[in-house]
Amino acid sequence: MHNKTQTKTVPHITVSNLTMTYGDYVVIRDLDFTINRGDVFAVMGGSGCGKSTLMRILIGLKSPAKGSVHYQDVNFWEMSESGRNKMMQRMGILYQSGALWSSLTLAENVALPLEQYTCLSKNGIREFVTLKLALVGLAGFENYYPSEISGGMRKRAGLARAMALDPDVLFFDEPSAGLDPISAKMLDDLIIEIKESLGATIVIVTHELPSIFAIANNSIFLDTATRTAVAAGDPKKMLKTSNNPNVIRFLTRGDKIAKQ
Amino acid sequence: MHRQTYADGILPVKLIMLGEDMAKAKLDILYPCPDTIKINFSGQWQTGRQIPSRPDIEKLTQDGAIRKLQFESNGLTFWDSSVVVFVSGILKQCEPAGITVDQTGLPSGAKRLLTLASAVAPKTGADKNSDADQFLARIGDKGIQVHSSILMTFEFIGDLTLSFGRLIRGKAHFRMADVYELLQECGWKALPIVSLISILVGLILAFMGAVQLRLFDAQIYVADLVAIGMAREMAPIMTGVIISGRTGAAFAANIGTMQVNEEVDALKTLGLSPIDYLVLPRVLVLVLMMPLLCLYSDLLGLAGGMAVGIGMMDIPYIQYLEHTRQAVDITDFSIGLVKSVLFGFIVALSGCLQGMYCGRSASAVGLATTSAVVIAIVYIVVADGLFAVITNMIGI
Ligand SMILES: Nc1ncnc2c1ncn2[C@@H]1O[C@H](COP(=O)(O)OP(=O)(O)OP(=O)(O)O)[C@@H](O)[C@H]1O
Ligand SMILES: [Mg+2]
Repeated sequence: MHNKTQTKTVPHITVSNLTMTYGDYVVIRDLDFTINRGDVFAVMGGSGCGKSTLMRILIGLKSPAKGSVHYQDVNFWEMSESGRNKMMQRMGILYQSGALWSSLTLAENVALPLEQYTCLSKNGIREFVTLKLALVGLAGFENYYPSEISGGMRKRAGLARAMALDPDVLFFDEPSAGLDPISAKMLDDLIIEIKESLGATIVIVTHELPSIFAIANNSIFLDTATRTAVAAGDPKKMLKTSNNPNVIRFLTRGDKIAKQ
Repeated sequence: MHRQTYADGILPVKLIMLGEDMAKAKLDILYPCPDTIKINFSGQWQTGRQIPSRPDIEKLTQDGAIRKLQFESNGLTFWDSSVVVFVSGILKQCEPAGITVDQTGLPSGAKRLLTLASAVAPKTGADKNSDADQFLARIGDKGIQVHSSILMTFEFIGDLTLSFGRLIRGKAHFRMADVYELLQECGWKALPIVSLISILVGLILAFMGAVQLRLFDAQIYVADLVAIGMAREMAPIMTGVIISGRTGAAFAANIGTMQVNEEVDALKTLGLSPIDYLVLPRVLVLVLMMPLLCLYSDLLGLAGGMAVGIGMMDIPYIQYLEHTRQAVDITDFSIGLVKSVLFGFIVALSGCLQGMYCGRSASAVGLATTSAVVIAIVYIVVADGLFAVITNMIGI
């Protein structure tokens, strides 16, 4: 990941002509966008527009009905399953609910990926786990079970697990949903911190306007009515230049309706 | 909520104290001009009370002269969602009839609610169950469901076989700690209930036999009946049923909950196969433990039968044992054990399958658990029937 010789010209993730469906129901059609290395990319849109579905396709949990997803220049969905599994190990994912394995302690949760894919000794793993939990402010909670900590702490523990293998790209599904404003802000800061220190690309599904404007430098806006992406780019610029009423309404919480 | 004319809070009490008559919800239909009807609401419209039935717009406008509909609500002392539901029903009738509706006469809150309710157009394009209530369509749907569930089962067994291959090559990943826990769960922790049921089944077999055999003065054959009954049939079936209720259900609930919490997704995106990690250890543990439980159940069942035979029917101890020894041989026990291995597989498979294909809600977990148990028991009995036919054919 710290491979700085990587050519800057190839985008990290390229989505082309992507159509997602559930059975006959088309969620979004003909999606095209690119995410560059080191971007914080926000996926925005109203409830039910297909943000989570898009994320499931990007992380290999659901196959697209049409179109392709490229990571650098590999076609993610054309690969063999084992190849895709290899790539998935390079992704860190924070699920909406945290998705910690409930039968394992926090330390074991973070340790599992390390046990599977590194040849660290038991002691080495323990040190790693302590570090990762400390990074998210959960030092001392190693032996707690997920049911014994609060929702916000679960999110952070999930983040520690997502970072366990120093991923190339981190996906977040509504990281600050259900958190109080201060915890949400802290999570944002944490995300920025992680991005800068790991140099990872970050894809974030969120409704939180403050965090969109604070951390995202690139984004896409999915629209339920047209079932396509209606705007893309830096959200701050999008707010100034977009003339799609739905986009403006979303970005201003409905305070301002586009002029036309 | 919209009681503008009254001070906050006192209204419900006040209305209840009004006479029944004054508070009654009333509806009048007026004809202010030839092409207009006016619906006049008055009294107290409250959900849960008697409300006038909705007028049939089609009938009222049959002659084609009526083009407009108005409302009037000055006489309305109290209203809630019942008015909104009532009016939206009328709106639905007016639309196809081409009648323009003028909502100005409605309370302003109700107008706002109506606008709000129609702000987001219903989801289209999915056409969910549009023709599901047609008989043939329903049969077709059912057929497709059965077909896909059979395919699903075979796919699952295929995945499991591949996973078993990985296990043999030492490539399957699961935690040994999980296996120990499962071994305990299906091992000694299941013994109390298996003991109880087995002893009782032994007793029941003995009693049942005793009543019939006494007619022929052949009570000693109770020993044979109990021994053969337990070894060949009852021990494997009863342990199968107990374990499916106890462990199979737990498997489904456990994996189903992990599915709901996205824990299974988290495994997949880590490149760990949930089949290796969750299903394989469970299947292996049950296939291993079921014969042991079955053997244990055999012994306790025999003990139960013996208690009746010796204690209540006064068959001498030695004679009972001798009869038991002659009645069953290693084949009978082996048949029982082979069955129990198969039943263990069935229970584990249906528990894990239902868990893995569980939907993403709490009720789906409940459903998965129930189906896991029901399906396991049905297949256990079916498999047992097949066994009876086969062993009969080859004469063992
Ligand atoms: N398993 C499923 N089967 C069928 N349709 C589904 C399924 N999951 C989601 N959908 C449909 O796909 C659409 C997009 O769902 P998705 O979960 O991606 O929305 P979202 O943008 O993440 O919404 P939210 O912001 O509320 O989480 C919705 O209209 C939903 O009805
Ligand atoms: Mg979502």
